[in-house]
Amino acid sequence: MVLLEARNICKTFPIEGGIFRRRIGTVQALKDVSISIQKGETLALVGGSGCGKSTFARILAGLITADSGDLIWEGMSLERYSRRERAKRVQMIFQDPFASLNPKLSVGTQLGEVLHSSSSAAALLQTVGLEAEAAGHYPFQFSGGQRQRIAIARALAPQPELLIADEPLSALDVTIQSHILRLFKKLKSDYNLTILFITHDLAVAEEFADRVAVIENGCLVEEGSAREILSEPKHTYTQALLRAVPKLP
Amino acid sequence: MITLYFERFRRNRLAIAGMAVIIFLAFLAIFAARIAPHDPIIQNLTQRLSPPSARHWLGTDDLGRDVLSRLIFGTRVSLSVGFVAVGISLIIGTTLGLIAGFFGKWIDTIIMRLVDVMLSIPTLFLILAVLAFLGPNIYNVMAIIGLTAWPGLARLVRGECLSVRERDYIQAARLAGISNFRILWVHIFPNVIAPVLVSATLGVGGAVLTESALSFLGLGVQPPMPSWGNILSIGRDYLHIAWWLSLFPACAILITVLSFNLLGEGLRDVLDPRS
Amino acid sequence: MLNIEHLSVEYYRRGKTIPAVRDVSLTLAPGETLGLVGESGSGKSTLALAILRLIAPNEGRITCGKIIFGESNLLCLKDSAMRQIRGRDISMIFQDPFTALNPVMRVRDQMAEVLEAHGIRPPVAADVGSDPLVNSLRQVQLDPERVLEAYPHLLSGGQRQRVLIAMSLLTRPKLLLADEPTTALDVLVQKDILDLLFRLQRELGMAMLFISHNLGLVANYTQRIAVMKEGRLVEEGETQTLFRQPRDSYTKELIEALPAMTRGIR
Repeated sequence: MVLLEARNICKTFPIEGGIFRRRIGTVQALKDVSISIQKGETLALVGGSGCGKSTFARILAGLITADSGDLIWEGMSLERYSRRERAKRVQMIFQDPFASLNPKLSVGTQLGEVLHSSSSAAALLQTVGLEAEAAGHYPFQFSGGQRQRIAIARALAPQPELLIADEPLSALDVTIQSHILRLFKKLKSDYNLTILFITHDLAVAEEFADRVAVIENGCLVEEGSAREILSEPKHTYTQALLRAVPKLP
Repeated sequence: MITLYFERFRRNRLAIAGMAVIIFLAFLAIFAARIAPHDPIIQNLTQRLSPPSARHWLGTDDLGRDVLSRLIFGTRVSLSVGFVAVGISLIIGTTLGLIAGFFGKWIDTIIMRLVDVMLSIPTLFLILAVLAFLGPNIYNVMAIIGLTAWPGLARLVRGECLSVRERDYIQAARLAGISNFRILWVHIFPNVIAPVLVSATLGVGGAVLTESALSFLGLGVQPPMPSWGNILSIGRDYLHIAWWLSLFPACAILITVLSFNLLGEGLRDVLDPRS
Repeated sequence: MLNIEHLSVEYYRRGKTIPAVRDVSLTLAPGETLGLVGESGSGKSTLALAILRLIAPNEGRITCGKIIFGESNLLCLKDSAMRQIRGRDISMIFQDPFTALNPVMRVRDQMAEVLEAHGIRPPVAADVGSDPLVNSLRQVQLDPERVLEAYPHLLSGGQRQRVLIAMSLLTRPKLLLADEPTTALDVLVQKDILDLLFRLQRELGMAMLFISHNLGLVANYTQRIAVMKEGRLVEEGETQTLFRQPRDSYTKELIEALPAMTRGIR
């Protein structure tokens, strides 16, 4: 069953230049991209930097509006839903754990904003592997990996069905990456989540994804089950991505 | 969080000195009636223009009033004008700046054009004109200083708001379905106040200076209510025979403004996100 | 050529001293590549900064040990002598290409500054054929005409890192310290940059200290690997041996944390 379908998404950004900041050109971030996400699956969206995958994620989350195209949630246009209703369906985790938490509010307060009941903040923190006392601390007191856990807790608070993770591991050390990935797998099964996992690293996609979609320069170039894509990549870009994965000698 | 700020603040000796002086001045202002050795208003013409002595530590003015007592009561004027004027500009400036920065588009345009217009009117002339028209008294002075100071603050707040608005944690708040008003007040505002607080603290010093200037010119606080500015004004006429009438109010103004400046600089170091 | 003996470094933070490097000893032969692997906070970057004596006196200090480069102990050199070595005999590439270049200077001026600082005169514009700036940019596969006159913000992350590599090689250093040079870049660019970097290393016969948190990455490029944890050196050895028979449990932990595709299992 298709949970979210993106049809023909296009997005361009203006380039401003000169003293008067006039429009001197446009960048086409996404060109006619169509992807469907099945309920319960983990779809990895893979591509190098600047390929448009983050823009796509933000459009799906509702933070940016596409220039054209439709977003269909369980058969109905996503625009029909209010911001609050959308919040209960789609949530997102950002790439930089040092920028995704409000530095001036305590962890408990930030979770409380989304939970509407401070008692479960402690329980939520424990599900992501942190202690309940963390609620009283401020983000600057935590490491990158811990902050990412807090961000995950915040994203899970409204009990969404679809979780979009925008390169959540890229800013972390390799050892921490494996812990957070393990956390994702556990939460996925505990909460029955559908996950759109954005990454530039096919090795990570292989660890975690059911299906893989490859984007190059704003276009979807290849799509299929993880096994297919990783054992027999057809497009040159996918092959390049595969070759770029470091392998032990 | 607060304890962290406290610790950083404690290390800045000058800022602590500034804060101490301000607390002392506030103390003087509140308990003026008990502390001042003489009545500031009752005239004593036999004691006119007498230099500093054991009885009158800072001398007397042209109507025989004790300068020290008048300075102490003048603290009330300076501090209240300083705080109220800045308070007015803070409330108006922050609100409009946040709204302009967050909502953008036509609201931003309207507010910022208004700010541009107000900032291009020469402040001094505007203040003088309004006071001449409405009549000079302490309340009008507070209001007009506040009303001419808010545009600068609004622009500052708007700038900070524009950059904070794009940060991931604000995007996450939008995603969570939190209302715009709540995002502005709970999430954006705390991240924007740091430079505003610094600017406001320095602004109190500026307001004190402006009030002193206005009172000096006769357009501010009117005698017999003592203000450092109007004491200075009297002193001007007697500069060659009663130097104490000019020196001491000037020192009072200097020390007060300096203290607010030191406090403001100290706050800037404490709140600087870089550390 | 580089002999680090019992080096210890500590940092000052909020009135307390925190040990960052504890009794680390390492050697590096001329032309050899050594990978230094560890998590954030393990002290690997601090070690590199200590070699170049780039730790500011108010931030921390080197408490004991020797750093012998060639014939002299770097820790005993006068500042003026150290400045001769820094940037000329020993160069460093930092992690973040987005902040390592001065945004208000053109690339040409920044590169020329490096030459000037070490008394190498850049040739007059007429002598294009042997302009070292042009040649060094070509060496890192950049188009000199476009890049030399550009300001950094016009270049991508990968391009900027190439410029930084070119700048660090201008003086033909004997030792290059690369502190996580590709951590801020995506896998495709990472592979290109590292392939380039190590090719240049072989061509120039330079010794290299490659610092990273990714053991899998380091394994592909270096001859030897040293593993650091919490300021201490826990294991060191030839790359192949380290992976086939890791001795320390922390090294094993690091290997296990690598994705399956990197480890070649499944």
